[in-house]
Amino acid sequence: MPLTEPVDAVQVEALSKRFAGVTAVDGLEFRVGPAEIFGLVGPDGAGKTTTLRMLAGVLPPDAGLARVAGCDVVREAEMLRNRISYMPQRFGLYEDLTVEENIRFYADLFGTGRTAREERAGRLLAASGMSEFRRRLAGQLSGGMKQKLGLTCALIHTPRVLLLDEPTTGVDPVSRRDFWRILYSLVDEGVTVVISTSYLDEAERCHRLALLRSGRLLLCDTPARLKGRLRGEVVVATSPRPRNVRDALARAPGVLGALLVGAAVHLNVDDAARIPELQRALAAAGVPCDSMLRVEATMEDLFVSVVGEAEGSGG
Amino acid sequence: MSAAQPDRAAVVVDRLVKRFGTFTAVDGVTFGVDRGEIMGFLGPNGAGKSTLIRMLCGLLRPTSGRALVAGLDVAREPEAVRQHIGYMSQRFSLYGDLTVLENLRFFGGLYGVEGREFAARSSWALEMAGLRGRESTLASELASGWKQRLALGCAVLHRPPILFLDEPTSGVDPIARRAFWELIQQMAATGVTVFVSTHYMDEAEYCHRLALIHRGRLVGLGAPEVLRRHALRGALLELECEPVGPALEALQAAPGVLDAAVFGSTLHVLVGSAESACAELPAQLAARGVRCTRIRTIEPTLEDVFVQQLGAGAPQEGAPP
Repeated sequence: MPLTEPVDAVQVEALSKRFAGVTAVDGLEFRVGPAEIFGLVGPDGAGKTTTLRMLAGVLPPDAGLARVAGCDVVREAEMLRNRISYMPQRFGLYEDLTVEENIRFYADLFGTGRTAREERAGRLLAASGMSEFRRRLAGQLSGGMKQKLGLTCALIHTPRVLLLDEPTTGVDPVSRRDFWRILYSLVDEGVTVVISTSYLDEAERCHRLALLRSGRLLLCDTPARLKGRLRGEVVVATSPRPRNVRDALARAPGVLGALLVGAAVHLNVDDAARIPELQRALAAAGVPCDSMLRVEATMEDLFVSVVGEAEGSGG
Repeated sequence: MSAAQPDRAAVVVDRLVKRFGTFTAVDGVTFGVDRGEIMGFLGPNGAGKSTLIRMLCGLLRPTSGRALVAGLDVAREPEAVRQHIGYMSQRFSLYGDLTVLENLRFFGGLYGVEGREFAARSSWALEMAGLRGRESTLASELASGWKQRLALGCAVLHRPPILFLDEPTSGVDPIARRAFWELIQQMAATGVTVFVSTHYMDEAEYCHRLALIHRGRLVGLGAPEVLRRHALRGALLELECEPVGPALEALQAAPGVLDAAVFGSTLHVLVGSAESACAELPAQLAARGVRCTRIRTIEPTLEDVFVQQLGAGAPQEGAPP
């Protein structure tokens, strides 16, 4: 019987953590609603792992407050452990045990009975395409399969909040889709997911995102609204001589940024209506251009623009 | 520049095969890469990517077929091949307990870069990585962007004409990632050939061409732009529906729908024809009590293309041009 709680699944206020003079997490504030997939996004060193460890109750904060699944992470750590599941970057699989044996081990740890275990393991393994590998040693699984087994073990009890630290690092795109399919089905059951990733393309799968850098929250919103905050629009020009396109247009009026990406140039322009004008500028410079099209901004475009502005303004 | 052979394709791979016992890891792969080209390898774990790269690096002898790297046969002259390549993996290539300069010296020794040449190259590497003045910092204390540029400096200290990068910008700040790719693209512009192996489309976009490898075979080859626009069978739609769960079920059962998946708060639906789907799907959903508030065609990502090609399983030799 899923408990529908009116309160937030995760509530973080002024959360901070320092390690030997380095502020890993610096006054973080956010809330995550029930059955939401919330992404912590940022490069290595942004504070994602430290935040997750505090939310999981395994690392005490220096200051601030965090409540997860209705429990204070410091004062109610014991109760918290029964309500959440935490999958760290290196989930502790036993390489010399089989897939089946690993699942049984974690089921015992979480006090999951045999019937519930069988039902849940069967469903999760089928969803991740792992059913035929039940008797394989965990040590002989590929990176993607290890991550999926980790998720199965972490979900062998029914947590209210699932905390995942970069679960798809080193996982191929096909396994990554399986992984996300499972996450969305959990959300249907009412589970809240907090997931960290350093990949901005993956971040777009979350309902809401917190962009982190150096322990601080830069922005927090839905992917669509975040991308809407980008100044101007993105235009992609393809050319047999992309470098020349970049050089010819980098300082053209209305061009806020120009980035060489393989055989294309990504232009951040104030208005896509400038395309004909930019094409004329290239023609005048004798630079060939096969196509110039407006595309949707990516999370990376947004991130670079936000961080660039923050640094440009001396922040 | 290096002593590499000019006017030749940088890498020629001809019907290359590698078997381990009864398992065929690489199964008759053929392609060529030009000087100055950035070529990406994509594929699931166990697809044969690393086996292929290890053969091209002269670390593993092919079972049959031939591979020429910088004009050298990898089976006959593996040591010479190794002198002509650089290899960088962001996660593993530096010694954290050595300083910046000690790391450079270590790799200099490994590649036989000494004396005046070492002075010139290490100075270039420090400049390129933005690490001048931080020569005695421990590598482990560097932020990821710097660490990665130092790793790149170490990997190309001996001016290799061919460079292999394994998930080079994994975990790196997007700004540092852009700076890194700017460097790589500059190197390519001077004639260095670059191979990139990755799972991430953020990195794949920077390649001039991509090779998709699946079950030891080449199942797709082309520019990212070309693959994205032409290799996907069908059209991709984005739907905003309420409620999402029943919408997904209804879509998966709807005629003309090849695949449907949740994507954030929207649904991504692959259909045979965008026109008929846009006309028919809202009514079909409404019949199941699902309200569709928005439906539009979106550009497929490289990931959409690859997941479809890998999911289909049936290898096709080369994607359409």
